[in-house]
Amino acid sequence: MTVYLDHAATTPILPEAAAAMTAQLGRVGNASSLHASGRDARRLVEESREAIARALNCRPGEVVFTSGGTESDNLAIKGLFWSRRSEDPRRVRILSTPVEHHAVLDPLRWLATEGAKVDLVDVDRLGRLDIDAFRAAVESDPGSVALVTVMWANNEVGTVQPIHEVVEIAHAHGIPVHTDAVQALGQLPLDFAASGVDAMTVTGHKIGGPYGVGALLVERELQPTALLHGGGQERDIRSGTIDPPAIAGFAVACETAVARQGELAERLIGLRDALVAGVLREVPDAIYNGDPEPGPGHRLPGNAHLEFPGCEGDSLLMLLDARGIECSTGSACDAGVPQASHVLLAMGSSEEFARSSLRFSLGHTSTQSDVHALVQAIAPVVERARNAALSSRPPTGNSPTGNRA
Amino acid sequence: MRVLAAMSGGVDSAVAAARAAERGHEVTGIHLALSRNPKSYRTGARGCCTIEDANDARRAADVIGIPFYVWDMSERFHEDVVEDFLSEYAEGRTPNPCVRCNEKIKFAAVLDRAIGLGFDAVVTGHYAQLRTGSGGLIEMHRAEDMSKDQSYVLGVLTQDQLAHSMFPLGDTPKSVIREEAARRGLAVAAKPDSHDICFISDGDTGGWLADKLTAEHGDVNRGGPIVDDSGEVLGEHVGSWRYTIGQRRGLRLGTPAADGRPRYVLDIEPVSGTVTVGPRSALAVDRLEAIRPRWCGTPPATGARLECSVQLRAHGE
Repeated sequence: MTVYLDHAATTPILPEAAAAMTAQLGRVGNASSLHASGRDARRLVEESREAIARALNCRPGEVVFTSGGTESDNLAIKGLFWSRRSEDPRRVRILSTPVEHHAVLDPLRWLATEGAKVDLVDVDRLGRLDIDAFRAAVESDPGSVALVTVMWANNEVGTVQPIHEVVEIAHAHGIPVHTDAVQALGQLPLDFAASGVDAMTVTGHKIGGPYGVGALLVERELQPTALLHGGGQERDIRSGTIDPPAIAGFAVACETAVARQGELAERLIGLRDALVAGVLREVPDAIYNGDPEPGPGHRLPGNAHLEFPGCEGDSLLMLLDARGIECSTGSACDAGVPQASHVLLAMGSSEEFARSSLRFSLGHTSTQSDVHALVQAIAPVVERARNAALSSRPPTGNSPTGNRA
Repeated sequence: MRVLAAMSGGVDSAVAAARAAERGHEVTGIHLALSRNPKSYRTGARGCCTIEDANDARRAADVIGIPFYVWDMSERFHEDVVEDFLSEYAEGRTPNPCVRCNEKIKFAAVLDRAIGLGFDAVVTGHYAQLRTGSGGLIEMHRAEDMSKDQSYVLGVLTQDQLAHSMFPLGDTPKSVIREEAARRGLAVAAKPDSHDICFISDGDTGGWLADKLTAEHGDVNRGGPIVDDSGEVLGEHVGSWRYTIGQRRGLRLGTPAADGRPRYVLDIEPVSGTVTVGPRSALAVDRLEAIRPRWCGTPPATGARLECSVQLRAHGE
C-alpha cells in the first residue's frame, strides 16, 4: 500500500469530479460554435463558471479559464505588467517575495530582462513577508509600481501570507494585487471579493479536479494583455478552444473542495500535528520549519515541513519511497536534480540545512494509518541516511574548498 | 542483492542494469548529475551530462521496471575530476579524467553513499570481468570484446571497491549488447557511443584548457617554443597543454625534419613552456616508473622479478 504524503504536488481526483468530467468526454461541441451542440457545450462551460464564481465569491465574468497554475501566474504577471505599463510608462516596478513558486519567480526574472524592476521584499524566518518593509517599498515611489504579486500560502513550508495587509497597502495607491492561491484553495477559506485581491490563481489538480485546467480570477476593470492570441475566447484574455470536460470536472472539484474546506482543514490539522509530534518523538533533533501556529492565518493545514540535520533530503526521499512512503524534498528542477530550496534560503537557512529537508503534505484521502506508517519508518530511515551522508563525505583536507562538514 | 545501477543514459549502462535486474537483484537506477550547468541536448558523441541523457536514463529505467533517481554529484565531480584535470595539464601531464572519475566518484562517493543507504553493490556498464581467484582475491580481467575493454580505466579500484562492483557486460561483445538493448525495447539501443571528455561540451579540449588555465593558473602556461632535441627552435605554440607526449598530428612545424620523417612530441616542460619534438625512435623507452600500484589480483612477491606487459593509455597502440 502506498502511503501518499505529497498532496501539495497533486491530490487524487474526487470521484464526483471524475464523473462530471467523464460524462462529457464522449460529447461533441465547440463552445464557440453557434449550433445546438456548440450551445450545449457553452452552457456547460458557463454553468461551471457560475459554480466556481459562487464557490469563490467572484462574478462569473471574472473567471478566466486557463491550463492551470503556471499559465494563470504568467498571465497575471506579464499581462498586468504590460497593460499597466502601457497606461503609464513610469509603472515598471513589480513587488513580490523571494518565496514565490517558480511559476511566479521565473516570469518575474524574465520580465526583468524586458525592462521590469523586480523588488523581492524580505521574508522572516517563518517565511512571512515583512509587511513594514513591503509598505516602505510601496511608499518609496508608489507611482512606479505596476503590480504586486504575493502568494496566499507557501507551497513548501505552508506559511500563510498577510494578504489583507498587502491589499490594503497596495490599494491605498491604486496598485493591483495578484495572489497565487493554488495551495490555499480547499485548505483555507478563500473569498475573492472579500479578500480585495485583483487577480487570483487557482488550479484543478490540487483540489481533486483534473490536471491541465485552472483559472485566473481577474477583477472586471482589469484587462491583462493576452499571452495567447487567437479566437478571442475568455474575454479576449485567453484565446484557445475551451475544454468543457476538464472545466466541468474542475467546477465540481471547486464546489466540493470549498464546501468541505472547514471540515477538511480541521481533520488535516489533527493529522498533521500528530505527524509532526510523532516524527519529533522518533527523531528528537528534527526541526519543524515554517510557522508552528496551526491557525488559518498561519499555516496550511496539510503541510508539515521538517529538517533532518545530517541527512540529504534526497536520500531520505529514496529510502522512504522504497518503503512505499511518498513525499517531496520541496523543489525539483527539470532533470530531477535536487536543488537547495530557494524558499528555505530566503528564510535564512544555510544551503546544507536547506538540502536536508522533507515536505510531507496531507490531503483529502489522508488517514491516521498514513501518519502511523511514516512515524514507524522515520527513525531507521534517518539513521541510514545519516550514515550515508557521513560515509560519502569527502575526507578532511582532500577538498580544495576546505571541509564543509 | 540490493544493487545500485549507475545509468548514464547510454546503451551500456542500460543493459547492465537490465541484466542485473534479470539475474534477480533488487536494482535501483541512478543518474549522476555531474555538470553544474547541464546543457539540454547532447552535441555529437560527448558526455552524459545533459538533461536529455538524464531523460534517456529515466526511460531505460522505466522499461526495465526499476525505480530511478538523479544524484547531484556535480560538486564532488568538479573538485575531484575537473580541478585535477586542470592541474595535471598545468604540470605538463596528460590525465585521463575517466580513471579519476571511477576512482573518486563512481566507485568512491557513489559507492560509499550506496553502501550507507543499504545497497550491497554498484553495477555499471563498464567492459571488464571480475573473477574470484585463489584466496578469495577478486581479479579483474579484460573484457571479452577487446575493442571495448575498459579494465584500464578501472585499474585503480581497490579490492574493497571491486568487492562491491558488478560489471555484467564484460563477457559480451558490444554489437551483441546493442542487439540485446533493442530486443529489450530500450530506446537507447542505437544511441552513439560517447567519446571525448564529458565536461568539455564542444569537444575543443585545447580551447577549454586555454580558457580555464589562463583564468585559474595565471599565464604560466601560455605560449612557448617548439624545439628539436638539439635545442633548435622550430616554431612557436600557444599553450603547452595542447600537446601530449607521443603526439604527431597538429604540430604545424613549417620546416620538415632533415630526414623527412614525421616528428613526435618527446617532452613538455610546463614552466618554460618548451615543447620538444623529435623522431619516433627517440620516443622509445626501456624504463617505466609507476606510482601507487593497485593489484587487480594476486600481488607479486616483494622484490621478485615480474614478467608483464604494459598498457599506457585507454586506447591506441
